Amino acid sequence: MTWTRKDLLTMRALDASEITLLVDTAGSLQEIAGREIKKVPALRGKTVVNLFYENSTRTRTSFEIAGKWLSADVINFSASGSSASKGESLIDTARNIEAMSPDVVVVRHSSAGASELLARTLKCSIVNAGDGCHEHPTQALLDLLTIREKKGHFEGLQVAIVGDIAHSRVARSNIHAMRKLGMTVTVAGPPTLIPPFVGELGVKVSHRLEDAIRDVDVIMMLRLQQERMTGGLIPSLREYSRYWGLTLDKLAKHARPDVLIMHPGPVNRGVELSPEVADGPYSVILEQVAKGVAVRMGVLVLLAGSKAAAQA
Amino acid sequence: MSPSPPARHREKAQVLDEAALDRALTRIAHEILEKNDGAKDLAFVGLRTRGVTLAQRLSAKIARIDGTTLPVGTLDITLYRDDLDLRGAPVIRGTDIPFSIKNKTVVLVDDVLFTGRTIRAALDALIDLGRPRMIQLATLIDRGHRELPIRPDFIGKNLPTSKKETVAVRLREHDGEDRVVIEEPEGA
Repeated sequence: MTWTRKDLLTMRALDASEITLLVDTAGSLQEIAGREIKKVPALRGKTVVNLFYENSTRTRTSFEIAGKWLSADVINFSASGSSASKGESLIDTARNIEAMSPDVVVVRHSSAGASELLARTLKCSIVNAGDGCHEHPTQALLDLLTIREKKGHFEGLQVAIVGDIAHSRVARSNIHAMRKLGMTVTVAGPPTLIPPFVGELGVKVSHRLEDAIRDVDVIMMLRLQQERMTGGLIPSLREYSRYWGLTLDKLAKHARPDVLIMHPGPVNRGVELSPEVADGPYSVILEQVAKGVAVRMGVLVLLAGSKAAAQA
Repeated sequence: MSPSPPARHREKAQVLDEAALDRALTRIAHEILEKNDGAKDLAFVGLRTRGVTLAQRLSAKIARIDGTTLPVGTLDITLYRDDLDLRGAPVIRGTDIPFSIKNKTVVLVDDVLFTGRTIRAALDALIDLGRPRMIQLATLIDRGHRELPIRPDFIGKNLPTSKKETVAVRLREHDGEDRVVIEEPEGA
């Protein structure tokens, strides 16, 4: 199995063996983080551009570190303080960046499909680092790597994804990937935050936290994305937190003792996760972040090293 | 690490059978001990995949001869290759050296030595992990055609080949048999 795609845009487009290859490659690269000299020459002379139209700390930093550990030159471009704020269109900005011959462009944008548009327009490899409410494939990959290291396998695992499913690209990427890997997924949240046809993705739907987290191997809590909400979706933060916030008490009563608690970050402490749970023994939130660097190294190596990219 | 065969190959000649392969490794084990005045501060690092297996066998032989069990590490040099662009998407299986190589004499083990480019990459990869006191090179087959100034310290067999032939080291653990053969492309 080798990688043949020019871009990484969605988990939906990948098959199980491609997802496994990405997770395996990331797993092998983890040892670099433990080295005294955290640098390998694999992407020497390659240029990676981080093109971020939305705020990001974790993902952008993670791609930047990943690129630098692989010896690529990494250039960060954020929409504020650039020509995008002067009214330049996404495609014009991207064409201008392409004129500077990057090998990989990592793009985050508030519109679904933005990375796909760039992939069709530009010859270099495109990595989707989150497009609106659509997909965030590298987040799903780091979640999968974390799950496999903790549980040893994928097949047959039960996962509950809880909270703001409607606005979550993390949920969508994970649902597609987990279904392909033979996992059972339940999405849970207030009806206003569950997309109407989510059942068509092959997931179960629950409207009670207590039911959703019973007997599952993994609980993935999502952030309430207030910046994407137009209002009126939840009565109040306090009520949301009371019904949908994960606390030690609810865990002890309803969840398995060996459950994994995951969160893609940033955490709204006291809203979807109580601080005791976020920092507690079941939480693997910081391991997810550490694995993010390995996943992004894997993606960059496979894309920049693939023949599809070289010949495009 | 031998280059992956570009097309179907047929066997042209057998170079080593099981007994000869084993004798070659026994001799290399003795030579390693002789050259280093014993097994003190020695460590093996094998190149994926068959170099690791050979390193484990050498370590077992030295344990039998000298009573010292030397550690064996695994090196994946994919990230250090100079031809990543030419080979298609890389397959990375990871480096695993669970001991410090600092101030050790590291014996690098590969199955076939050819252009020397793999060893060049391995030297860079190893030195990034620490500063060994010395690095020595052991290879089961030296088939010539070097493109870099690299010379092995321990050789199982010198084997003059043509560039279009390939040398296949088959080991029980991977291929179900212990044998070294020369192959040539079908129709050649």
